[in-house]
Amino acid sequence: MSQQGKTDEEEHIDYERKGEVYKDLVTFLKEKSAKFSENMSKQEIRISEEQQKNQTDEVLKKEQTDVVHKAMSGIDKSKLEKNPVNFGKNQMTRRLEPSLNWRITVNGKDRKSSVKDSQEEKHGGKLEKTRASISPGRTQLLRKSADKAEETISESSSESEEDEEPPDHRQEANADLPSEYWQIQKLVKYLKGGNQTATVIALCSMRDFNLAQETCQLAIRDVGGLEVLINLLDTDEVKCKIGSLKILKEISHNPQIRRNIVDLGGLPIMVNILSSPYKTLKCLAAETIANVAKFKRARRVVRQHGGITRLVALLDCAQNSAEPAQSSVYETRDVEVARCGALALWSCSKSYSNKEAIRKAGGIPLLARLLKTSHENMLIPVVGTLQECASEENYRAAIKAERIIENLVKNLNSQNEQLQEHCAMAIYQCAEDEETRDLVRLHGGLKPLASLLNNTDNKERLAAVTGAIWKCSISKENVTKFREYRAIETLVGLLTDQPEEVLVNVVGALGECCQDYENRVIVRKCGGIQPLVSLLVGINQALLVNVTKAVGACAVEPESMVIIDRLDGVRLLWSLLKNPHPDVKASAAWALCPCIQNAKDAGEMVRSFVGGLELVVNLLKSDNKEVLSSVCAAITNIAKDQENLAVITDHGVVPLLSKLANTNNDKLRRHLAEAISRCCMWGRNRVAFGEHKAVAPLVRYLKSSDTNVHRATAQALFQLSEDPDNCITMHENGAVKLLLDMVGSPDQELQEAAAGCISNIRRLALATEKARYN
Amino acid sequence: MNRKKLQKLTETLTKNCKHFNKFEVNCLIKLFYNLVGDAAERPGVPIGLDRNAFRNILHMTFGMTDDMIMDRVFRGFNKDNDGNIKVTEWVNGLSLFLRGSLEEKMKYCFEVFDLNGDGFISKEEMFHMLKNSLLKQPSEEDPDEGIKDLVEIALKKMDYDHDGKLSFADYEKAVREEALLLEAFGPCLPDPKSQMEFEAQVFKDPNDFHDNMNP
Repeated sequence: MSQQGKTDEEEHIDYERKGEVYKDLVTFLKEKSAKFSENMSKQEIRISEEQQKNQTDEVLKKEQTDVVHKAMSGIDKSKLEKNPVNFGKNQMTRRLEPSLNWRITVNGKDRKSSVKDSQEEKHGGKLEKTRASISPGRTQLLRKSADKAEETISESSSESEEDEEPPDHRQEANADLPSEYWQIQKLVKYLKGGNQTATVIALCSMRDFNLAQETCQLAIRDVGGLEVLINLLDTDEVKCKIGSLKILKEISHNPQIRRNIVDLGGLPIMVNILSSPYKTLKCLAAETIANVAKFKRARRVVRQHGGITRLVALLDCAQNSAEPAQSSVYETRDVEVARCGALALWSCSKSYSNKEAIRKAGGIPLLARLLKTSHENMLIPVVGTLQECASEENYRAAIKAERIIENLVKNLNSQNEQLQEHCAMAIYQCAEDEETRDLVRLHGGLKPLASLLNNTDNKERLAAVTGAIWKCSISKENVTKFREYRAIETLVGLLTDQPEEVLVNVVGALGECCQDYENRVIVRKCGGIQPLVSLLVGINQALLVNVTKAVGACAVEPESMVIIDRLDGVRLLWSLLKNPHPDVKASAAWALCPCIQNAKDAGEMVRSFVGGLELVVNLLKSDNKEVLSSVCAAITNIAKDQENLAVITDHGVVPLLSKLANTNNDKLRRHLAEAISRCCMWGRNRVAFGEHKAVAPLVRYLKSSDTNVHRATAQALFQLSEDPDNCITMHENGAVKLLLDMVGSPDQELQEAAAGCISNIRRLALATEKARYN
Repeated sequence: MNRKKLQKLTETLTKNCKHFNKFEVNCLIKLFYNLVGDAAERPGVPIGLDRNAFRNILHMTFGMTDDMIMDRVFRGFNKDNDGNIKVTEWVNGLSLFLRGSLEEKMKYCFEVFDLNGDGFISKEEMFHMLKNSLLKQPSEEDPDEGIKDLVEIALKKMDYDHDGKLSFADYEKAVREEALLLEAFGPCLPDPKSQMEFEAQVFKDPNDFHDNMNP
């Protein structure tokens, strides 16, 4: 529309230099080196390809400078030839890097980060592909886009992400500005100074430029085009809005442009357009929002301006807002509107507050309804949104209610790989819940999951599928089914040669499956023990937690234990007790229990780990309840061997255990009592426990509601009651009455221990009486 | 006009009209005669809307402002070129104007833009139509330079057979690719909002229809 803008002829020529020498130097060198490598012999064509690929690889930035430096200083060819190897390796590490974000937290919120990263990579990857086709002359501009792509990729889905607001990289003005720049500048002038007709012509013409190319995108921005385009959205002219949105939709694939759009206040205007009666406008606005809302601040702005509610409203196909009786030639279908709404919601749903907002706006039943469709490009954003939101508990209840699981399972059978991946992901999220796990089985979801294991090319999908299988395996009935489908064997086959995102889940699944005897046998027979043990040497915490659990599960079988021992598995587990992460420590300690129980010459073996016993005892100083419980359990097993018991006594196990006695945590109480029970059987430990005031707190354990705690405590008290002073303490603390109640318990061990303890106390009382008489 | 005549006219026109039903045609006829005013029916003199009256309607009801385009629209309605839009032309014109299919609208718009009716939209014609579409910059030496450039841009976009002018085939292809180009050289169709308002106003109360038709 006509705007009274001044034609600032000078404005676009931006003489601002951001004094970042580093970047200039790198780009400068890269330009040089690109030419340099081009001039090399045919062998080096490979290098230049990799260099171009690696130009956009953020991990390599610094290394590249060094390498290129070396190249520039004229060191011989051989060094340069080594580079491809380095780059190759670095590329691999880079691929592993995202997987380090695949953490298992209690809420599992961060779980999605790595898959998100790979998704972001996919979206960023589109950008990368076009970059590769740009000539070296544009490298300077490429550099900046690489920086920006890196920012996109590093953003994860959960609220813990940093919202990086990097300094805006203006295109540096130099004489080499491409011709598109000037043409675009002219068009923007017409946009500013034209009436509706001229504006539409200019807008249509602008779309003929390759809007996916960063030079064009930044050109539009740098000549003030973004302001004009956004201002057009604020007018009443439908055609201008459509034309403007079509352009904004394309250029907002660029992370920098996205930020600029938000800075210029474009989002609230687009959110308003979502309420327009014209479907085409709604679609375009939603699609543009889908592109812009790929970073945290944007998502927040959308929500703050009521965008989530409006987007959810778009999902409601059946409802028609005021529509002209005969739609004009510019109109699209209802289904398309819903699809665009789902796309936008998918982008927005990466923020926690938005997930909540979507639910409150009644998004779930609408998403559930859309799930029944068979259009793939509708299904993908719908499932994508559901899968994002399913990490929240509130959602899972609603998801169960809306029969969503049924449709997710159905779509596992689709031909579309992306759709399968998202369905599997959603199932993974939801299967935290038992009922859902049953639903997956009842709707026949386990078979397609098992058969998708055979398809290892698509790693993202494989990670999602293995994740779903892992969580579903928490239910025994599902494990039985998986065995029927021979999934166990396939899982064992996936223990090698897979990226970490996949391994974490595969091992997790095996860990669950091996709770079952038959599966343990299968795993052993398939040669699964060895790869599992070899995974004990890693640094990925999530993976280590799962591996230790799996190895521990297998160690229950004496035959498997032999193999584990032979492969030095116990020592590896033991050294994991030194791992900084408490989850790993605890899991390793739990796994050690069956190892010690089932190993041949367990006592000897344990003693053979230099400093091992001291290490274990010192873990009793930890703050983490899970670590403490697991270490107590381990000590209970260690202490079965007299010699080792002597050693840990020397290391001060008695005072350390005693210090822990004052706890309300039933799990800890149980294992602590068991440990104390065992440790009583050496020297004057019984007395020492009394001296360290462990007895009175133990008596209180009898008031717990957990039978396991009762049993363990009764046994501990029985052992402790061999010492008269302890009997007195117990009596003073009212142990007798509590124990009397337990003598009648159906649990035989508890009965015996309680009775034994009482009889000791009584015997002491009688002896005291007799002494008094004499 | 008496009721019987009205009914007959409605039936005739509805038969030929593709996009309006009987009720709507009826409303339009009534509107037409309202607009024409209480001109006495003189035999031999056709009653209709002359150029000014019609342009007035375009301006007031549909918010059109471009004189030249409005003139062309008038010509588009006035099929027999006698300077007077009769009720038939009115109904048929509006049928396309408001509810035409893409094909119909394309043909209509092309005819509007083809100023000399030679089957091509030439550069000169484009220039003529776009003459006032850019804000004149006082500093500009040649105020027409921008317009000429715009014409070149439009041609580049739409001239598929590269013959320096737009044939209907060129135009049609361009519009099919990008619907926004339908009214590339000027707004010759109503904007969706005013169309909605017009239809809402004129076509209100279907019950009215039944009362009239079924005494």
